[in-house]
Amino acid sequence: MVTNPLTKNIDMSRPPLDIAAYEANDGYQSVHAIAKGLSPEDVLELVKGSGLKGRGGAGFPTGLKWSFVPRGDNSPKQKYLVVNADEMEPGTFKDRLLMEGDPHLMLEGMIIAAYTIQASKAYIFLRGEYTVSEQALRRAIKEAYEKGYLGKDILGTGFDLDIIMHTSAGRYICGEETALLNALEGKRANPRAKPPFPQVSGLWGKPTIVNNVETICNLPGILTYGVDWYHGLTKGNDHGTKLFGVSGKVKTPGCWELPLGLPIRELLEGYAGGMQDGLELRGFLPGGGSTDFMLPEHLDVTLDYDEIAKVGSRLATGTMIVLDDKTCPVGMVGNLMKFFAHESCGFCTPCRDGLPWVDQIFRDFENGEGSEKDLQILHDHVTYLGPGRTFCALAPGATAPLGSGLKYFKEDFEKHITQKRCSYKH
Amino acid sequence: MSQQVIASTANKARKLSAEEIAEIEHEMTLYPDKRAVGLEALKIVQKHQGWVSDESLLGISKYLDIPAADLEGVATFFNLVYRQQVGKNVILFCDSVSCWIMGCEGIKGHIKEQLAIDYGETTEDGDFTLIPVPCLGDCDRAPVMMVGPDLHRNLTPEKIDSIIKDYKSK
Repeated sequence: MVTNPLTKNIDMSRPPLDIAAYEANDGYQSVHAIAKGLSPEDVLELVKGSGLKGRGGAGFPTGLKWSFVPRGDNSPKQKYLVVNADEMEPGTFKDRLLMEGDPHLMLEGMIIAAYTIQASKAYIFLRGEYTVSEQALRRAIKEAYEKGYLGKDILGTGFDLDIIMHTSAGRYICGEETALLNALEGKRANPRAKPPFPQVSGLWGKPTIVNNVETICNLPGILTYGVDWYHGLTKGNDHGTKLFGVSGKVKTPGCWELPLGLPIRELLEGYAGGMQDGLELRGFLPGGGSTDFMLPEHLDVTLDYDEIAKVGSRLATGTMIVLDDKTCPVGMVGNLMKFFAHESCGFCTPCRDGLPWVDQIFRDFENGEGSEKDLQILHDHVTYLGPGRTFCALAPGATAPLGSGLKYFKEDFEKHITQKRCSYKH
Repeated sequence: MSQQVIASTANKARKLSAEEIAEIEHEMTLYPDKRAVGLEALKIVQKHQGWVSDESLLGISKYLDIPAADLEGVATFFNLVYRQQVGKNVILFCDSVSCWIMGCEGIKGHIKEQLAIDYGETTEDGDFTLIPVPCLGDCDRAPVMMVGPDLHRNLTPEKIDSIIKDYKSK
């Protein structure tokens, strides 16, 4: 039985499998299953039943998202699928592995998703810097057209699908799905008001589903091996496997496909080898730069969406950033604030003006010029940039490491004020 | 006043090359309207010219019939569209959180020393431009940077020296 459906074909010491080798390892079986009579409704039920949740960060149930797309004769004829491959969350390096390592898996997943919502056009919104992913995907797309998995009347189903590659030009906000749609339409990537949601009115006003790369890569396994098999993969409450990464000063940083539900300890101390010699674990961001810090006391929490939410953080992208005891927590949060300030799209005031203010205060702290008043201003921003106060989720994402950093590393902030310097610097 | 002078930039537009036009035309087959091709066109022109000059931007604006202000709004929004001349090799230096923890500031200091440039600057010989870039998504091999389309991992000062040498001799 396959236990690592996302990475079973991946071996980074060689080029990715070509289409023949991919097919030989159960590849494109799901498309043949569709050709043998699975209807879009059948696939939707399978994906709903699988319990798959979006792997891009928000963790929304995929089948439910798809079910919002209008169906039937009265629905708009043109629908779109967009794969969000604009990986730019700080500390996140999982989609790159999937695209460079097994591009056909993503294409197969795209065919499944597009068929379900009856989209005849699918865009890959790829990060411009991912040049190796682009080459791998372009080669795979060409092979898939030649084999009849893409193009007109795929395997005699009457279903047409074209996949179009769009390489972006670098803006974090494009990861927000409505900003991404504006970028694809050739506009500045400011987020749109919701509702209407993209599922109803998205790209060029047509029903559109935006899914993350890893979410898409879960689909072939669900159709090929079945929902029961998929439910058997997990060790916890949420279904399936997930890519988990660890970066920072651990012995063996890396990215691994693991069942959901393992204790965090197993990831950090087992797979990542624990801390480098002479260093202690101080804390970690469990799922990229927009998640709240967790502490060593949380190591026995399991890698489940709900379990991590219970201690006030989010599983999000599942790629952890580890803070050691010789690295300044204030500097680490300051680095993230610089990122968020730079990547704010500038559309709404709290984010456009608030984040640079926060960033400047961190620079002052770094230079020994921070004050108690500054600390209060930082606390205020956790509130004023929080959920519901801004147009999109960028600034609330920034408040996650900011608020939890202020809470957990209070003495470090105080020390910067009283000693008028960063004591981690020699 | 006998004659009123009206400011116009239209005559500054550069005529796009046949190659650029062919690539832009291909992109137009992939999107339902011309406006969507704006960013692609900027990138195509940048690929051929190295950067996007005012003349090029006006040329695209004219060719795709997109108002210059709209196109400029897009061009200035994206980190990787260069509206100033850049060097032969653009170094995209990752200074996001994982690279920062792994000591990218020291690596940046070394580049600064070796090339005598800071962020946003180009070496006198025009070989390198240094630009910061958000997380490059290769955090388990931090610190990382790109030079042109190539990714370089696990950077050390020694590695920087040999990378600079390699690209200089290219």
